[in-house]
Amino acid sequence: MLIDVTDAAGIRIPRFCYHKKLSVSANCRMCLVEVEKVPKPLPACATPVADGMKVFTRSPRALAAQKGTMEFLLINHPLDCPICDQGGECELQDVAIGYGRDVSRYSEGKRVVADKNIGPLIATDMTRCIHCTRCVRFGDEIAGIREMGATGRGEHTVIGTYIEKSVDSELSGNVIDLCPVGALTSKPFRFNARAWELTQVDAIAPHDSLGSNINLHLRGNKVMRVHPRDNESINETWISDRDRFSYEGLYSSDRLTTPMIKKDGEWKDVSWDMALEMAAASLGEIKAADQIGALVSPTATLEELYLTQKLMNGLGCNNIDSRLRQGDFRLDNSLKRVNWLGMKIGEIDSLDAALVVGGNLRKEQPILAHRLRKAALAGADIHVITPQHLELIYKSRQLICTPGEMVKHLAAVAKAAGVKQGGTIGKLLDAADANEDAKAAAKGLKDGDTSAVMLGAMAQSHPDFSLLYSLAATLAEATGAKLSIVPAAVNSVGAQLAGAVPYLQAGGKPAESTGLDALGMLQQPCSGYLLLGVEPGMDFHNGALSQTALQSADMVVAISAYTSPELEACCDILLPMAIFTETSGTYVNAEGAWQQCRGAVKPQGEARPGWKILRVLGNLLNQQGFDYTDPGEIGEELRLLCEDVSLDNKLSPATDLEPRLGVDGLQRGGDTPLYATDPLVRRATALQQTKDAGEAVIRLHPIEAERQGLNSAENALIRQNGYQATLPVALDDSIPEGCVWISTGLRDTSMLGQPFGEVTVEKA
Amino acid sequence: MANEVCLRTLDLERPWLLEQYQSRGGYEMLKKILTEKTAPEAIIEEVKKSGLRGRGGAGFPTGLKWSFISRNAPGQKYVVCNSDEGEPGTFKDRDILRYNPHQLIEGMVIAGYAIGATRGYNYIRGEFWEPYERFEQALEEARKAGYLGKDLLGSGYDFELHTHLGAGAYICGEETALLESIEGKKGQPRYKPPFPAHFGLYGCPTIINNTESLASIPMIMEKGGEWFADIGVKNSGGSKLFSISGNINNPGVFEIPMGTPFSELLAMAGGMKNGHKIKAVIPGGSSAPVIPGDQMMELTMDYDTIAGAGSMLGSGAVIVLDDTNCMVKVLERMSYFYHEESCGQCTPCREGTGWLYRIVHRIETGQGRQEDLDLLDDVADKISGKTICALGDAAAMPVQGMLRHFRHEFQHHIDHKRCMVGLG
Repeated sequence: MLIDVTDAAGIRIPRFCYHKKLSVSANCRMCLVEVEKVPKPLPACATPVADGMKVFTRSPRALAAQKGTMEFLLINHPLDCPICDQGGECELQDVAIGYGRDVSRYSEGKRVVADKNIGPLIATDMTRCIHCTRCVRFGDEIAGIREMGATGRGEHTVIGTYIEKSVDSELSGNVIDLCPVGALTSKPFRFNARAWELTQVDAIAPHDSLGSNINLHLRGNKVMRVHPRDNESINETWISDRDRFSYEGLYSSDRLTTPMIKKDGEWKDVSWDMALEMAAASLGEIKAADQIGALVSPTATLEELYLTQKLMNGLGCNNIDSRLRQGDFRLDNSLKRVNWLGMKIGEIDSLDAALVVGGNLRKEQPILAHRLRKAALAGADIHVITPQHLELIYKSRQLICTPGEMVKHLAAVAKAAGVKQGGTIGKLLDAADANEDAKAAAKGLKDGDTSAVMLGAMAQSHPDFSLLYSLAATLAEATGAKLSIVPAAVNSVGAQLAGAVPYLQAGGKPAESTGLDALGMLQQPCSGYLLLGVEPGMDFHNGALSQTALQSADMVVAISAYTSPELEACCDILLPMAIFTETSGTYVNAEGAWQQCRGAVKPQGEARPGWKILRVLGNLLNQQGFDYTDPGEIGEELRLLCEDVSLDNKLSPATDLEPRLGVDGLQRGGDTPLYATDPLVRRATALQQTKDAGEAVIRLHPIEAERQGLNSAENALIRQNGYQATLPVALDDSIPEGCVWISTGLRDTSMLGQPFGEVTVEKA
Repeated sequence: MANEVCLRTLDLERPWLLEQYQSRGGYEMLKKILTEKTAPEAIIEEVKKSGLRGRGGAGFPTGLKWSFISRNAPGQKYVVCNSDEGEPGTFKDRDILRYNPHQLIEGMVIAGYAIGATRGYNYIRGEFWEPYERFEQALEEARKAGYLGKDLLGSGYDFELHTHLGAGAYICGEETALLESIEGKKGQPRYKPPFPAHFGLYGCPTIINNTESLASIPMIMEKGGEWFADIGVKNSGGSKLFSISGNINNPGVFEIPMGTPFSELLAMAGGMKNGHKIKAVIPGGSSAPVIPGDQMMELTMDYDTIAGAGSMLGSGAVIVLDDTNCMVKVLERMSYFYHEESCGQCTPCREGTGWLYRIVHRIETGQGRQEDLDLLDDVADKISGKTICALGDAAAMPVQGMLRHFRHEFQHHIDHKRCMVGLG
C-alpha cells in the first residue's frame, strides 16, 4: 500500500486507523492524498502503488482533505488534553498541531460516552474515542478473542465490550499502545507521570522464554511503566500483559532491602560484610560437598546462574538445578545437550502442523501462542494432548484426557506415525490404540513441510516427562517434525548453558558427574542450600516438599529480591538482590538468542546485583576466578565456553523406564497460572486482580463432583501424599472426569504436593 | 408505451401467482435457455446490448458488471438482489416484489446461469413485510415447479434462492454493507477495491443488482437487447419505474420509457395538488440535488438530461414540491435522515452528517448565523468524496443543491428568524 512506501521513504502522512500489523480498515480518512488523474482523494493506507503513479501528499487538495478530516475528528473530541493521561504522547494531539484549526467552528454540545470498567489493566475514557477501531481489530486479528467491538451507528457508535465485562486477553495491554488517543490508557500507570518526564531505557522482559524486548520508562530512579520495543524476530510490536504490568512488583513492600540473619529464631538486619562472611562460613562449614544444593531461578541473569554454578563447582559438587517445576529427571543421564525451542521463534509462524503435548501455550508463552495462531490462520493443522480443555485462540483438535492417560495418547500418535521401538516405549506402543484422532495428528505432522511436536509446561512437570519426551522424540523423528521442549522461563536455555542443571557444566557440555536434580535435592535433603531468586512453596514442583526439606536443613542461604513468610521460615541468611531492572545481565531466550541489558535504576535499599554477591562469596570461599570488575567479563567468559555448543533436543530414547503415574483412582492435575510463575509477577498488584492470577480452588467436572459427593460442597479436604489442604470447590466442565484440578504457584496451594498424582477428596 | 417490462402483468387479477405469470409467457425464457443451453456469453452480450443500467441509483451498466465475473473460476459464486429499497422517495421495487415476484426470480436464475452461480440471495428491506411474504410464496411456487433447486428442468444446472430480511438500516442498501449484513455482520460498507465481482459474499465472486434490473432480464432475453434499448433513448436504454410522490394528486409507480418528458410523468401522476405551483423537484431520491420546478418542466427523464441539470436520475424516485414548502424545513428533514443513518465508520460522515443537521436545524429554528451558509457549504464539501461509501455524498449533495438554487430562502431564515414561505 501507498502508506508503506511513503513510510519507508520517510514521507509522513497523518493516520489514525492504519497500523502496520493490523488489517486495513481505511475508516479514519486522515491519510487522504491526491493521486494524479483520480478525481477524489484516496486513502494512502488502502491504495496500492502502481508504476508511474503520481501522488501528492501535501498538495492543496490533499491538505484540504486531511484538514477536513481533522476538523471532523475534533468536533466531538473533548480536547481535555491537560487532564488526559495520553497528553504529550497522543497521536491526535500531535496531528492536530499540524492539521487542526486554532479555533473550533463547532459550537454545539459534544458527544459524551459513559466509561466502562473493563478490568484492572485498562482504563477507559470513551468520550475521547475517535473510532479508529484499532483495538477492535487487535482483538479480532492478533489476540484471537474479540472482546471489543463497535456498537451503535453514526454518531452513536461506541467502542466497548457491549456487556460490561473485563477484557481478559493475555495480550490486552497492547490496545493501550494502539489507541491513538486517551480512550484506552494503562490503569496502573494512570495519573502517575507525564510522558515528557520519562526517560526510556532498553530492557528484556524477565518472564516467558521469548525474552520480549521492552522499554522501561523511568522517572528519576523509578520504573513508571513498560512498553514494547519492536523486535520482529521475537515479539514483533507486542508484549504480553505479564511483561507489561509485572513492573508493579518491583515496588512491592516486601522487597528485601537489607541483609538479614536469623538468630535464635529472630530475624535481624546486619551489615553486608557480616552477612556475606556468615554465608561464606556456613557454606564452607559443610564438609561433604554433596551435602550442598543450589536451587536457582530460571529467571535469574545468565551471569548469576553462571557464577552460582561456578561457586558450586568450586565447592566440589554439581548439585545445582534451575528446572524447579520439572517432575521427572530420569533422562538426565541420557540428556547431554542443551534443550531449546527446537526452531527459531519466527519459524513458528509458518508451521504446517503442530502437536502440542501438555501445554497451554496461550497462558504459558502468550507471544508464542500468537505466533502459532498465525500458523493456524494460514492453515496449520494443530493437535493438542491436554489434561484439561483449553480455551485456545486458534483452531485445533484437543485430545482431552486425565494426566495419567497423556502418555497413552502420545504413544497412540507415535504408533499411528509408524514408530517402532523396543523396551518401555515398545510396550507403550503395543498397548496404544492408534485411533482416528491419533491418526489425524500423525498425518498432519507427516504431511506438513515443517511441523513440530511441542512439549509444554504441563508435560515438563508431569511425573512421566521422560516418557513423554522419549515418545515425542521418536514421533518427531518418524514424522520429520521438529521437536520442541518449550523452555519455561526467560533464561531456561541460559541456565543450561551456564551449567545450572546437574548434568551439564558451564558451556553446555556434559558434566563429568551428574549431580542431584531439583527434586532429588529435596527428596534426599541436603544439609545446606543456596537459593537464588526463588520462593519455597510457590516456585517448586512439589510445594510442600520444598518447604519441609528446606526447613529441615542445617543452613539455607537465600539470595533474593524479596522476603516472604516461606523464605523466613526456611532460611538462615537472606541476601538482598537487585532485580532485573537494577542489574546488568544477559538472557538467552528459547531460540538461543543472547540478549543483554544494562541496569536501568539503582537497586532498592542495600540490595546488590546478584553477580556482585556471588563474586564476594567466591572470594570469601577462596575460590579462583572470582575477580570480576564488570559483569561483561562474566558473560564474555561464558560466551567463550559456549562457542561450540549447539542447542539440540535429540535423545536416545529411554529403554527401561516404567510409567509412574497410574491411570486409576482420582488424579490431581495442576498448572501454574499465568501470573503465578515467578516472585516478581506474583507481586504485580493489577495482574493479581485478573482472572489469570489463578485461584486456590479445587476444580472438577460436575459429574466427578457428584461421584465424590462434592456437588453441593463449598469446601473440600484434599489429601496428597500425606499433605492436605482445605480448599473451595469449583465445578468446571473443562476438567476431565477422574481428575481434580489444583494450580501450583499459589500460596494457598503450596502446602500440597506435586501438580500431578493421586489424591483423595472429601467434603469439608 | 407504459408497463412493458417489469409491470407488464399488472393488469392481471393476481399477477403474483405462478400460473398467472406463466399465462403471459413467464419462465419461458428460462426454459429456453436451459433446454437450448444458451451460451452464457450470449446472455451477457444481450444484456450489454440492451443498454440496461443499474436501476438502484448508480446507473452502472448491468451487462458490463456481469462480465467482470470470471465465470470459469473454481468455487462458489453468488447472485445477490438488492431489494433493500430505503432511499426516501423510492418505492418501485416494492411493487415488483408485490406484483411480479416471479419475473424477478426468473431474472435471478438467468443471471446465475450467466455468471455460473448456483446460489442467490434476495435482500429485502426489513419494513417490507407484505412484499417479503409475497416473494417467499413465489419462491415456494417456483421450487415446486422446478424453477429453483437441483437440476433445473433436467438441465443439470442447480440454483437455489433465499430471502434475507433486513433490519431497518438504510446503509444496508449499499451493496457491500448488504453483503456484510447477509454474512451476519454489522452492516458497514467495505472499502473498494476489491469489488464484489472479485471479493463479494463470503469472499466469493458476486454480482449485486437492483430488483428492477434483475426483473428486466427475462424481457430483454425474450424480445432482445435492441428492443429494450430502443424503448429508451441514447445512453438510457429501456423503460424505467418512477416512484413519484410529493404534492401531486396521484402518487405512485409508473413504468415509462426513458426519455419521457417530466411534464408527461407529472400529468400521469395527476398534476399538482390543489392547483399549487410547482416549486422544485428532487428527481432521483432524497440524495439527488434539487432542481427548480420551472427548469424541471423542460427536462426529460433519462440519465444524461438530469445529470446535465446538475442532479441525478438515481433510483427514479421523483419528489415533487409545491410552493407551500419551506426548503429549509425540507433540507432539515433530509439532513436528519442521513445523520441518523450514517453507519459511523468513516470520520467525515460520522461526524459531519450530525454537524450538517445541527446547522440546518438551527437555521430552521431561527438560531442561524450569518456565517452558517458558508459553513454548510464547506462542511458538505469536506464530506463529499472523502468517505468509503456514497452515504457521505448522499448527505452532502442535497445541501449543495439547496444552497445552489434556494440560498435566498436560507438567508431569509437567518436574517428574519422566520420562514419566507407561508406562516412558518
